[in-house]
Amino acid sequence: MEIMLRDRRAVLAFVGPALLVYSLIVLVPIVWSLGYTVFEGNVIAGFQFVGFHNYAFLFSDPSFWQALLFTVKYAVVVTIGQVGIGLVLSLLYVFFLGKASGLIRTLVFFPVVLPTVAVAELFKKIFEIVPQYGLVNSLLQLAHLDAWIQPWLGQGGSAFWVIATMDIWRSMGFYAVLLFAGLVDIPGEILESAKVDGASGLRLIRYVVLPLLTPILFSSFIFSINGTLKVFDTVLALTGGGPGQATTPLTLDMFNTAFANGQYGYGSTLATSLAVLSLFVTLLLFRSARSDVA
Amino acid sequence: MSQTLPRQLVDTRKSEDLRVKRRESTRKLFARVPVWVLIGLLLIVVIYPLLWMLLSSFKTSDEFSTGAFWSLPTGLAWQNYVQAWTAGMSTYFLNSMLTVFPSLFLILLISLAASFALEVMKFRGSNFVLLAFLAGIMIPFQMVLLPLFTIYFQTGLINTRWALIITYTAFGLPLSVFLMSGFFKAVSRTVIEAAVIDGANIYQVFFQVALPMVANGIVTIALVNFFFLWNDLLFSLTFISSDNLRTIQVGLLNFSGQYGQVDWGPTFAAVCLAVFPTLVLYLILNQQVIKGLTAGSVKG
Repeated sequence: MEIMLRDRRAVLAFVGPALLVYSLIVLVPIVWSLGYTVFEGNVIAGFQFVGFHNYAFLFSDPSFWQALLFTVKYAVVVTIGQVGIGLVLSLLYVFFLGKASGLIRTLVFFPVVLPTVAVAELFKKIFEIVPQYGLVNSLLQLAHLDAWIQPWLGQGGSAFWVIATMDIWRSMGFYAVLLFAGLVDIPGEILESAKVDGASGLRLIRYVVLPLLTPILFSSFIFSINGTLKVFDTVLALTGGGPGQATTPLTLDMFNTAFANGQYGYGSTLATSLAVLSLFVTLLLFRSARSDVA
Repeated sequence: MSQTLPRQLVDTRKSEDLRVKRRESTRKLFARVPVWVLIGLLLIVVIYPLLWMLLSSFKTSDEFSTGAFWSLPTGLAWQNYVQAWTAGMSTYFLNSMLTVFPSLFLILLISLAASFALEVMKFRGSNFVLLAFLAGIMIPFQMVLLPLFTIYFQTGLINTRWALIITYTAFGLPLSVFLMSGFFKAVSRTVIEAAVIDGANIYQVFFQVALPMVANGIVTIALVNFFFLWNDLLFSLTFISSDNLRTIQVGLLNFSGQYGQVDWGPTFAAVCLAVFPTLVLYLILNQQVIKGLTAGSVKG
C-alpha cells in the first residue's frame, strides 16, 4: 500500500501534465512579463532594452494616474456595494424568509452565471437615450422628470455609476449566498441566549451576528476587491473605456497600450503595477484584520 | 419570582402579558410589511430586466420605435432570432462549443489526476505543488497576456482554436485542482486500501475506485469551468482575430457593435442566444452551480 502510494513514476504520470501545462502557460509567462518591463517594442517590430525607463514613465504618465484613480474608486464603491447589499440580503434570507429563502436565493444568484457581455448589452439598452429612450429615461419621462433624462453612458460621471450598478446587480446574489452560508453556521443557541439577554433586531445583528460573521465577511472583502481591481469585461462591453478615457481601468489601459499602441514593455509595466496593487491591498487588509484581533 | 408575589398580582400580570404579546404580534406583522416590500422590490430588480430582455427579443423594430418601453410584444417575432443566428451567432456559438468542450475535457483529465496524486498519494513537495497552483488564482490575466501572445505568435498558434484551448486548460487548473483536492480528501482510505489488497494497481485505483467516488466533484468542476470559459472575453479577444473563429462573447460584442445601435430586436435575440446555455444549466443544476462557485471563493 505505502509503496504503491509512493510510486514516483505514478506520481509523475499524475501530476506531470498539470504541472507542465501550468508552468508553461501561467508561471513562465509571469516571469517573462516581468522581463518585458525593462524592454520596449513588440513581437512584430522587435524589442529594445530600455532599463527602468518604463517605470519612470509610469509615474509621469497622466493616463496611468487616471486609470489608477478609476480602478481604485471603482473597486472601493463596488466592493462596498456588493458585500454590503449581499449582507443585507443574507440577513433577509436568514431572519425573515427562513426555510422559504431557497427559491429567492436561487433567483438572485442567477445573474452571476450570465455572460458579462450579455448583461452589458442589457444595461446599455436600459440606460439608452438614442435612437429610443431606454428603461431609465422612459421612466423619467413618465414621471415628468425630463430634466434628468441624459445620455447615462455618454458622460464619465454617470457612466461610472452605471458600470458600478451593473457589477453590483450581477454579483450581489453571490455574496448573499456566501454570507448566508456563514450565517447558517452560527449556532442557534448563541442567538437564543442573546435574545434571552434582551438583544433583538438591529442590536442583535450589530453585537452578536456581525462579530461572529467577521471571518467570512473578511474573505468576501478580499475576494471582492481582488475581482473589482481587475475589472475589464464590464467596462469594455459597456463603455469601451469612454467617453475619452473617463472610464478606463488599469486593465483596459494595459490592453490598449499593448495591442493598440504595440508597446509590450510599457503594457507589461502596467500589468505589473496592477498585480502589485492587488497584492498590496490584500496584504493591507490582512494586516488590518490582524491588528483588529490583537 | 412569581413565588414571592401575591396570587392576585401574578394573575393581572399574566393577562397584561398576554395583551402586550398580542399587541406585539400585530405590530410585528406590520413591521414585516416593509420587509415584504423590500423583497418584492428585490425580485423586480433582479427579474424584470431579464424578462424585459426576453420580451424585447420578440419585438419588431416598429414596436421598438412606436410602442412604450414596457409594452409587451404583439407577436413572436422569430425573425429576430433567425437574423441573429444567420448574421454570425451560429458561427460564434459553434466556435465556443469547439473551444469550451475540449478545454473542459482536458481540465478534468489533468486536474483530476493531479489532485488525486496531491491528496491521496504521498510524495515530497506535494504541499509546495498545491501552493503553486493556488498562487495562480490570484494572478491578474493581464500579467500573462503579452508573453502568451508572443509564444502563440512564434509557434503559429495565434488565431487558432488551440491558443484558446491551451490557455483555458492552464487557467482552469488552479481552481479545479484546489476544489478537487477537497473532494479527494473526503474519499475513504479504507476503500482504497481494500482495492489495493484485492490487487488493483494505482491506475486502477484512480479510474475504477477513486473517480466514481468523486462523481459529484467532477460535475461541480465541469460546471464552474463551463461558466468561466463560456463567459470568457479577454483571452478570446486577444488571441483570435478572424471573424470566423470568434467565440460567443467577442462575437456578441462585435454583433451589437454592428447592429446594436439601429436594430434592437436581433441584438436582444443574440443576447438571449448567448445566455441560453447558461440558463438551461442553471435551471437544472442550480444548487450545484451555487455550491461550486461559492466554494471556489472561500479558499482563505
